[in-house]
Amino acid sequence: MNRIDAKFSELKSRGEAALIPFVTAGDPEIGTTLKILRSLEAAGADMIELGVPFSDPMADGATIQRASERALAGGTMLPHVLALVRRFRRESELPIILFGYYNPILHYGLARFARDARAAGVDALLCVDLPPEESAELRRETEKRGLYTIFLLAPTSDDERIKLVARLARGFIYYVSVTGVTGARRALEGELQAQVARIRRYTRLPIGVGFGISTPMQAGRISAFADAAVVGSALIDVIERAGRDGRKASQAGAFLARLKRGMRGAKRPVSSF
Amino acid sequence: MPALIELEKAYAAVRRDPAFRREFETYLREYAGRPTPLYFAERLTEKLGGARVYLKREDLCHTGAHKINNTVGQALLARRMGKQRIIAETGAGQHGVATATVAARFGIECEIFMGKEDVRRQSLNVLRMRLLGAKVRVVESGSNTLKDAMNEALRDWVTNVRTTYYLIGSVAGPHPYPMMVRDFQSIIGKEARRQILAAEGRLPDYCVACVGGGSNSIGLFYPFLRDSAVKMVGVEAAGAGISTGRHAATVLGGEIGVLHGSKSYLLQDKNGQVRETHSIAAGLDYPGVGPELSYLRDAGRIRFSSATDREALAALKALARTEGIIAALESAHAIAELLKLAPQLKKNQIVIVNLSGRGDKDMETVGEYLE
Repeated sequence: MNRIDAKFSELKSRGEAALIPFVTAGDPEIGTTLKILRSLEAAGADMIELGVPFSDPMADGATIQRASERALAGGTMLPHVLALVRRFRRESELPIILFGYYNPILHYGLARFARDARAAGVDALLCVDLPPEESAELRRETEKRGLYTIFLLAPTSDDERIKLVARLARGFIYYVSVTGVTGARRALEGELQAQVARIRRYTRLPIGVGFGISTPMQAGRISAFADAAVVGSALIDVIERAGRDGRKASQAGAFLARLKRGMRGAKRPVSSF
Repeated sequence: MPALIELEKAYAAVRRDPAFRREFETYLREYAGRPTPLYFAERLTEKLGGARVYLKREDLCHTGAHKINNTVGQALLARRMGKQRIIAETGAGQHGVATATVAARFGIECEIFMGKEDVRRQSLNVLRMRLLGAKVRVVESGSNTLKDAMNEALRDWVTNVRTTYYLIGSVAGPHPYPMMVRDFQSIIGKEARRQILAAEGRLPDYCVACVGGGSNSIGLFYPFLRDSAVKMVGVEAAGAGISTGRHAATVLGGEIGVLHGSKSYLLQDKNGQVRETHSIAAGLDYPGVGPELSYLRDAGRIRFSSATDREALAALKALARTEGIIAALESAHAIAELLKLAPQLKKNQIVIVNLSGRGDKDMETVGEYLE
């Protein structure tokens, strides 16, 4: 069983939604990321979304772009990210989702990537610039290894597209709560709940919501109707501002713990998926 | 993605629509100044002592380059789609100017994304865009050049997708852009084919064009593709020399990759990170190349060669002094290839070179190098 499925069913039995923090691997260097991962797990992270740095992160807002640039400046490349996951796996069973762009994976070799990622303990891949229509080559390799592929849906997705993603996605579906790039926003779009309900008509997979979540209250509201909340840019902001190494991990943990409390306090129907 | 599907549908509809074609052709004729001459470069031909040289004078188009062909077409499409805002990326600024121009003409709000480095070296074009009423957004990320401007334009597009039309200037980006830009630019080759038949009674032996993203080259080449006797040469920017690593010769120095939604040759490092490019010509300073050009190269239909910064400058000077034409630095790369190619050919052979733009915008850069 993929760790993602196991985690969602465990959370379901407790009536909780998953909190999924995003961090860019190697920001500013890989040792710090390992400490941050430990701290996030201790603070209640249910899964980890780990960003693979890329030179042209066109789906990301300024915050994650900067994180990606710092990581690249430190020399963190895909093989180092896989090594980090292998290292973290010695001590943790948290599901890990790689979030990245297609070219580094294509260049690494799709079959080789699927094999090495799975062997390292990666559970899923979200390739943000690879639309599901073009994903067959990649999925042939990932499915062979039991590596899940996660796809995005957005407010502009129509029913046809929701059906397509529902058919191809494994693990969960990632709903992007606003049109646009990653980044902390002040407000979430009002129709979010209705959109999640619309997606549920086509799938029994859990639905995660991301892009623009930054406060415990937002995380709590989302956990009332979605199965996971992904927090990226707001967390990267905390890490960026925290100054030197040790403080980055502890402040990331403290921030996440506040979000987790916001979610646990929220009312949640037990059988949402 | 839904935006691309919407665009694909809209383009498929206008492509079949004779009224759209007529509208497009009318604007090209009366506004952009087409057809452009196919000019017999007599003195240059004499000087090179080989093939007869014809220049396709895209530098005489309104705004000074071939870019206007595509922006007229896409602006008409944007208007049909009811979009109230147009955004575009630009490297040398020619596409930005051409976009700002049509946006002004059709009364559509316009915002141009341009890398900080390009803003510095193409200040004249920045001024032109602002004068035309466009907002110029200076992009500071990555290498501060064209690809970064494109990243930022894509970010804007996904954020404002409902109201905004993204007008890509090259045969790059996701489908249907490479096809659509090719279609709008192929007016260059259609005219050139007709003009050379009228002037010489036969087809050329060679077509030569510079290749950055590839819009002017595919525009010239496409209508000749089925004429198997016509050889084609795409000239890439070798910058300081391909062996130095400081270049923008994507096909010659790159490997297959995916950037901005198309799979094509790509300049990248051993980890699949996109490499920074270098060329004296801002319009060639892009690490990707149109997927169709990559395909035609692999199929053996187009040969690729390159010219260094120095060779381009020398060619620019040579053309200026023999023909009284100051070419854009981009187009000067094609001229550099001509200087090597024409002397090897027989006197009854014919070469058409796409003179894709004029050099006014480059005078500061050229001045710096000549000093």
